[in-house]
Amino acid sequence: MGIDVKEPKPTRADFATDQTVRWCPGCGDYSILAQVQKVMPELGIARENIVFVSGIGCSSRFPYYMNTYGFHSIHGRAPTIATGIKVSRPDLSVWVVTGDGDGLSIGGNHLIHAMRRNLDIKILLFNNRIYGLTKGQYSPTSEFGKKTKSSPFGTAEQPINPLGVALASECTFVARSVDIDTHHLSSIVERAARHKGTAFIEIYQNCNIFNDGAFDDFVAREVRTERMVQLEHGKPVIFGKDRRKGIRLRGVHPEVVTIGENGVTEKDLLVHDEAAQEPTLAYLLSRMTYPDYPVPVGVFYRADRPRLEEILEQQSIQATARLGAGSIERLLKSGATWTVT
Amino acid sequence: MSTQTEVVPSKAKVTELDTVVIRFAGDSGDGMQLTGTQFADTTAMVGNDLATLPDFPAEIRAPAGTLAGVSGYQISFSSHDIKTPGDQPNVLVAMNPAALKTNIGDLEEGGILIVDIDAFTEGNLSKAGYKTNPLKDGGLAGFRVFDIPLTALTLKAVSEAGLSGRQATRCKNFFALGLVFWLYERPVDYTRDWIEKKFKNSEQMAKANTLALQAGYNYADTTEVFTTHFRVRKANLEPGTYRKITGNEATAMGFISAALISGRPLFYGSYPITPASDILHELSRYKNYPVTTFQAEDEISAIGAAIGSAYGGALGLTGTSGPGVALKSEAIGLAVMTELPLVIANIQRGGPSTGLPTKTEQADLMQAILGRNGECPVAVVAPATPADCYTMAIEAFRIATKHMTPVFFLSDGYLGNGAEPWKIPGPQDLPKFEVKFRTEKEGFQPYLRDPKTLARPWAVPGTPGLEHRIGGLEKEDVTGNVSYDPENHEKMVHLRAEKIARIADDIPPVRVMGKDTGRLLVVGWGSTFGAIASAVEELQAKGQPVSSIHLRYLNPFPANLGDVLKRFDKVLVPELNLGQLRMLIRARYLVDAIGLNKVQGKPFRVSEITKAIEGILRG
Repeated sequence: MGIDVKEPKPTRADFATDQTVRWCPGCGDYSILAQVQKVMPELGIARENIVFVSGIGCSSRFPYYMNTYGFHSIHGRAPTIATGIKVSRPDLSVWVVTGDGDGLSIGGNHLIHAMRRNLDIKILLFNNRIYGLTKGQYSPTSEFGKKTKSSPFGTAEQPINPLGVALASECTFVARSVDIDTHHLSSIVERAARHKGTAFIEIYQNCNIFNDGAFDDFVAREVRTERMVQLEHGKPVIFGKDRRKGIRLRGVHPEVVTIGENGVTEKDLLVHDEAAQEPTLAYLLSRMTYPDYPVPVGVFYRADRPRLEEILEQQSIQATARLGAGSIERLLKSGATWTVT
Repeated sequence: MSTQTEVVPSKAKVTELDTVVIRFAGDSGDGMQLTGTQFADTTAMVGNDLATLPDFPAEIRAPAGTLAGVSGYQISFSSHDIKTPGDQPNVLVAMNPAALKTNIGDLEEGGILIVDIDAFTEGNLSKAGYKTNPLKDGGLAGFRVFDIPLTALTLKAVSEAGLSGRQATRCKNFFALGLVFWLYERPVDYTRDWIEKKFKNSEQMAKANTLALQAGYNYADTTEVFTTHFRVRKANLEPGTYRKITGNEATAMGFISAALISGRPLFYGSYPITPASDILHELSRYKNYPVTTFQAEDEISAIGAAIGSAYGGALGLTGTSGPGVALKSEAIGLAVMTELPLVIANIQRGGPSTGLPTKTEQADLMQAILGRNGECPVAVVAPATPADCYTMAIEAFRIATKHMTPVFFLSDGYLGNGAEPWKIPGPQDLPKFEVKFRTEKEGFQPYLRDPKTLARPWAVPGTPGLEHRIGGLEKEDVTGNVSYDPENHEKMVHLRAEKIARIADDIPPVRVMGKDTGRLLVVGWGSTFGAIASAVEELQAKGQPVSSIHLRYLNPFPANLGDVLKRFDKVLVPELNLGQLRMLIRARYLVDAIGLNKVQGKPFRVSEITKAIEGILRG
């Protein structure tokens, strides 16, 4: 509080609040918060024009730590609140912070509909594959068979693919990043912020209390280059320490190949096209999981489509141009009337 | 609007009547709602007072000819002020045996019964459960029966339009309407103009319906089937410009007017649900007004978006019926905690669960007042008549924005679908209210309260220096920071309750209709106004010691309610539920109120109330 808004360019510190951050020490959320606070000043949007909206869960404490306008709402409903804000106030930069339980379980319906409407809102889904705030039950993204407090014999449910949900919901910007890859994360957040339309980022986030190391198999610094692949638009899908491995398509099946082996050259590799007409490729990439494949991160898909708030504004402008602005008198006397003298 | 038809002088003699009640009944595909609405529109235009009661099944097209598929539209019209659609029809138009069977019990003794004899086939009789034809077995001896081959006459009348047999048959409602227009000296012009507009893209349909309408009128005029026709003179209404309006139309207009009066745009989040959907349809038409409608993916999203819009500075509104309110209750709690202005319109229907979607009931009062987790007070208002929906819709937003609270607007299916003539208010009659946003940075705290109303400031995003966070967790007094402190929680619970209680200082006192004191006070709320007021006026005219009050504010109650209740020996509370207002009154004022309760999905008849009053007065 009490920051001079006339300051020429705000810094990351300007976006921090006086509230004590109450996530567990070592939580992946700290890193995400730091990256979002770092990106904010780069966007050139005044703090008062930014709103962070969240639901319930560990991730949803996020707005308390952002020195912008903030709304910590109820479980799963952040996209609905954000929709009302954005439609009423298209001038605002609206962000939704949610988790795998909040966004894909109790709030799944709202998430998909917010995305299909293509409001210009940014959705950050922190995926730690566990319920943290309620202390360790399985979530809709927990891997099949996972033993948790509520599944001591292992879960009997298939996990949902968050990126698949976003793609099926016609989301116009679909990306993934990882809490500890700070450089990548901040670049993806910034790209999402600059996208016009709904942007969805799945962020792999470690819950060091209830699901510690959930992503270590592939995100740990020492294995990351071998087990993850960064998608780059227009470039072949290449990974590995010496960048000799890549993804080749056989029919509609991706396969891992090594350049220089069995006659494979770079030209044989799948070239990533995030702006493809159809999100087919993006969907295929979203299904690649460790250990069969390297786990992709980056922008899977983006499209340019009219935004809900924009269309509604246009309808209103056109109707007003055609009919003139309404008044109470016009309203009440619309239709058949008669006079008693 | 073209000029009225000169009513052709007819050989039939004219009988003058004060008030007439007509019910049109037929299959849900027969167009009875349309016929009734057209009759009501014309009746309004010729200057009668009127009240209507549409009554239709939940099925869009129930199996033809069955009892479950019968749709009805009752209208009462009069040369004087009336408040209800009438207890008993004087005239029943029954388009088939099922319509006859379900409605004949309501027709007054000696009443006029018009039936389409062509529809009384063996098949239809058996679907309606008639073993013998009631037109032939003497079962209708107590009525003046006019069995007319409506279908055959319609087919003949519209033949030149060249429709298929099926399409041509569907014009028979207009034939029946023309006939009834003649019977009550009403011109066909308004409906003819309406047909032209409605079917402007189908010349054939326009022609056929017009032919049927005129043929019905001419048939009545020339065939001497009816020896009498009836005159109901213009009602002596106050001078002014009038329109006919249903409760749902008035509700939509009231909310738009609230936006125009306050200068803040209206945001309506809603999910289709009977009987509230008409409000969504109405509001979505007004794109050239400061109105945005949002058809949400579900009831929760509808209110979530409305709360988001209110946070952004709009007039946030969500509308639904009881089942939808159940889904919204968590979000209402959020609006209570975040102390944002919000209006929740509940057009009540029969419950519980899916209940009776198209029938009326008043059983969501407790849901509005108490139906949330925690101590979660909201303001509750309820319109008394279709036209009053306009006034109370504006009032709901005045209270919501001034006191920074969710407000329930409790209408019901009877009010929402019922129509009456409405004197359009002039600019001087409209309420005024201002909406203020906090912009002053100095001394700002999100939960600093107005000392009088206890309202917190409305600080909307985009205001520099007022960046703050709100949410559903308990708030620390003044700062609005998250707080789990026990003393603070208790204080905040009391503050939220007190904030609602103080609205009593901002609403009009309840007015007694009749003497200020006496043996019996009848207390009503919501849509029972017409029946209660009619019953009480009738008995007052006979010198009975009974008065009535009507509550349009249910939470908080008007400040003088306790005093008024105590000035009467007995208190009667008629409600379309099992006694919810009565329970509140007994709890709050320790008054031993008596209940008159009906849960049939239908409004009270005036006679049901007079009977109850007379019973109590007899002691």
